[in-house]
Amino acid sequence: MLLNHTTSKIVERKALTVNPAKTCQPIGAMYAALGIHGCLPHSHGSQGCCSYHRSTLTRHYKEPVMAATSSFTEGACVFGGQSNLLQAITNIFTIYEPDIIAVHSTCLSETIGDDLSQIVGKAASEGQIPEGKHVIQAPTPSYVGSHVTGYANMVEGIVKYFAKKSDELKNQLNILSGWVEPSDMRELKRMLKLMKVKNVLLPDTSDVLDSPMTGKFEMYPKGGTTIPEMVSMGDSLHTIALGEWATEKAAITLDNQCKVKFSMTDLPIGIQATDRFIQAIAKAGSVSVPESINDERGRLVDVITDMHQYLYGKRVALWGDPDQLIPLAEFLVDMDMKPVYIVSGTPGKNFNKRMEEILGESVPEAKYKNGANADMLLMHQWIKENPVDLLIGNTYGKYISRDENIPFVRMGFPIIDRIGHSYFPTLGYMGGLRILEKILSALMDKQDATCPEESFELVM
Amino acid sequence: MERIIKERSTQVHTIGTSAHDLDCEKKSLAGSVSQRACVFCGSRVVLYPIADALHLIHGPIGCAAYTWDIRGALSSGPQLHRLSFSTDLRERDVVFGGEPKLYTALTELIEAYKPKAAFVYSTCIVGVIGDDVEAVCRKVAAEQKIDVLPVMAEGFKGTKKDGYKAACDALSKLVGTDNNFQAPPFSINILGDFNLAGELWMLKEYYEKIGVNIITCLTGDGRIDEIRQAHKASINVVQCSGSMMHLAKEMEEKYDIPFIKVSYFGIEDMADALYEVAGFFKNEEMLQKAKELVSEEIKTLLPALEPFKEKLQGKKAAIYVGGAFKAISLVKALRLIGMKTVMVGSQTGNKDDYNLLQKLCDKETIIVDDSNPNELSEFVKEKGVDLFIGGVKERPIAYKLGIGFCDHNHERKEALAGFEGMLNFANEVYASVTSPVWKFFKR
Ligand code: SF4
Ligand code: SF4
Repeated sequence: MLLNHTTSKIVERKALTVNPAKTCQPIGAMYAALGIHGCLPHSHGSQGCCSYHRSTLTRHYKEPVMAATSSFTEGACVFGGQSNLLQAITNIFTIYEPDIIAVHSTCLSETIGDDLSQIVGKAASEGQIPEGKHVIQAPTPSYVGSHVTGYANMVEGIVKYFAKKSDELKNQLNILSGWVEPSDMRELKRMLKLMKVKNVLLPDTSDVLDSPMTGKFEMYPKGGTTIPEMVSMGDSLHTIALGEWATEKAAITLDNQCKVKFSMTDLPIGIQATDRFIQAIAKAGSVSVPESINDERGRLVDVITDMHQYLYGKRVALWGDPDQLIPLAEFLVDMDMKPVYIVSGTPGKNFNKRMEEILGESVPEAKYKNGANADMLLMHQWIKENPVDLLIGNTYGKYISRDENIPFVRMGFPIIDRIGHSYFPTLGYMGGLRILEKILSALMDKQDATCPEESFELVM
Repeated sequence: MERIIKERSTQVHTIGTSAHDLDCEKKSLAGSVSQRACVFCGSRVVLYPIADALHLIHGPIGCAAYTWDIRGALSSGPQLHRLSFSTDLRERDVVFGGEPKLYTALTELIEAYKPKAAFVYSTCIVGVIGDDVEAVCRKVAAEQKIDVLPVMAEGFKGTKKDGYKAACDALSKLVGTDNNFQAPPFSINILGDFNLAGELWMLKEYYEKIGVNIITCLTGDGRIDEIRQAHKASINVVQCSGSMMHLAKEMEEKYDIPFIKVSYFGIEDMADALYEVAGFFKNEEMLQKAKELVSEEIKTLLPALEPFKEKLQGKKAAIYVGGAFKAISLVKALRLIGMKTVMVGSQTGNKDDYNLLQKLCDKETIIVDDSNPNELSEFVKEKGVDLFIGGVKERPIAYKLGIGFCDHNHERKEALAGFEGMLNFANEVYASVTSPVWKFFKR
């Protein structure tokens, strides 16, 4: 029993996070930057942070993850990191030849008061940034926010730097994709193609973090949003931003900067959220919804109908990022399941309100918490008090799953002990079908493995 | 090799070309995609396997989240080390200081988990905002009546190596605190084994078979009470010298316990590790038993290795690992299964290590210190390598290049130490190098 240290007795904790349900800002900034073509993320701080972020992304995507570091030492901490960053910019452009360097700060560089935009400005004015090359930046101290806000900051940084308004309006939409998998980015593009809507997807990690095996190591794989695409975002008809936590900031900036209005929608997870997404696209792109998309929806609904008896009333515990948890909880309720416990280490003002809307009537017993102390220990204690039938969340749920013998569906970040997340989408109706399939398999596998011999059945 | 940075040329050497001492123990260049980590990382990996202690990370959340149970160091009992405890510093704490939060967190934790001792790691931010971690630890220790050991591991204060030192400093405060213990004859400590994939358990069996008692292993499957008794050993047997040398030296000075450096990887080195201990005790019977054990093991091992050797003969390997001592054993072990090392490097090697490597390897072998993915992939292509041995960040690069891989770091799932380990190693190398998957694309 790995977690036999955990008891159901919930003690008020004032200063302690145990088994966090979040991680720190820079890793989100790094992930977002990897979704730009020809971009090398750069971590302004000591080597350790950068090394951890790269390792974690590597473990999740099973792909090489490149990022440079300012390699702070004590000197930098005393005199500031300016010279490190200036030297780094020069070195990176000569050695690694990216088109773009995406600098993010770390706790350390923020605390000593390095001003990234000032330093990058200095590099530019001193001619250290070669013609046609770019250095963008985002502040990401981890003592505020979480990996999700780090992602949001970098996407905002990208928009701020690149998006320009010209005289020519482009017949295209901006889609701010939110923190989702390469497979989901691919799925978003597929849906938009079916709807015949031209678009710029930002960022786009497909073909970067799911790149095919060719026998070559590409520092900059073929995927990622391109510079002309990012520049053109200022001329788009409208922006659809998926997930408030990860994308609202960038959407607002784009609106202020280039007067491109935006609609916030949830990540299209499940039926209703995907409906809203499709509606938003149809409206903003002035297109009608094609039959093929309606068919996909119909198939998802059909499978739920076929299997609803297995879903009814099942109690589920969820953890992860707010943008995912909100539509996921809604989807579970739509499938007649009961998301009873929900934690997210990422703070945010609307979390409780949205959960109340979704769960208030259908799952009045639900407990949810986000921000400080919303961690996996709390989740486990709730489960100990009153168990659940299913867990949905990132890899860290495996301890609870094993100790309490609860079926477990992996979703979110990081997943470092299974594959599939970067290849099969969970967005859209097709993604909904995959979530459903995983849920059913997990529940039924347990039933098959544990039911008494006399009730073991062939047909389910 | 156009892409190699000029500033780094002193950290790369090809054997047989004009002689120069390899530059090492240097800071990484700002802007490099370095594979290195930080002081905190070093201390955390060393102390992590102490299973009945509390490990509290004082800093913002990331430092704790990324080190949550990432090293497969197995415990035969408590699992407290596998949880992740953090003070999760917020903006407020950074401005006003994190000491009150640290105090509360520690107190709450000790009350809830009743650990045998607590380690408190201070990370970068803590160093910058100037929290007096040592004072808080002293205070809590006095109140709670347990050892609370500060690990001064601010990431920017050096490299992973300095983290090893910080870990040793913390450990040395525990060593020698239990004097009631009577050590049995022929007692040793094992230093620098972390019980990845249960390796320590195999080693223990070997030592026990030849009549040697192990007081404690620092730090694999570690227990606080055993560490307190470590000074009663007759000798320290140091494996991962990079990480544990400080402690070995200190124990020699303080308690007059000599140490020997060994490696448990590969037949020769494993056998030597047993012989040297027997030799130290000047005990004929023990030496005899060791010889018997080795010949017994080899009798089954060598024929078992033969089929692998046949298939792997002449294949080329590249090694890039954390410590250089490990690299040395790897070169020998690869030779045993017919493979040639054409590139070898480490993140933290020192002059002696690199000199030894130069002597050991063939002409034209490339030796590197603190390398980066670009260099590594260039070398691998240039040399036509069939196998890469490295850690988590090297694995996907090797695969992308279409070559086999073997993890010799935190993510190994097979025990590679000892005689059984050698067979596992051969098996793993063979599986990777000869996998049919490589035929599906052109290199
Ligand atoms: S110091 Fe900050 S940025 Fe670095 S790993 Fe820790 S939390 Fe993340
Ligand atoms: S903040 Fe410092 S201690 Fe923490 S991971 Fe980064 S370099 Fe290491």
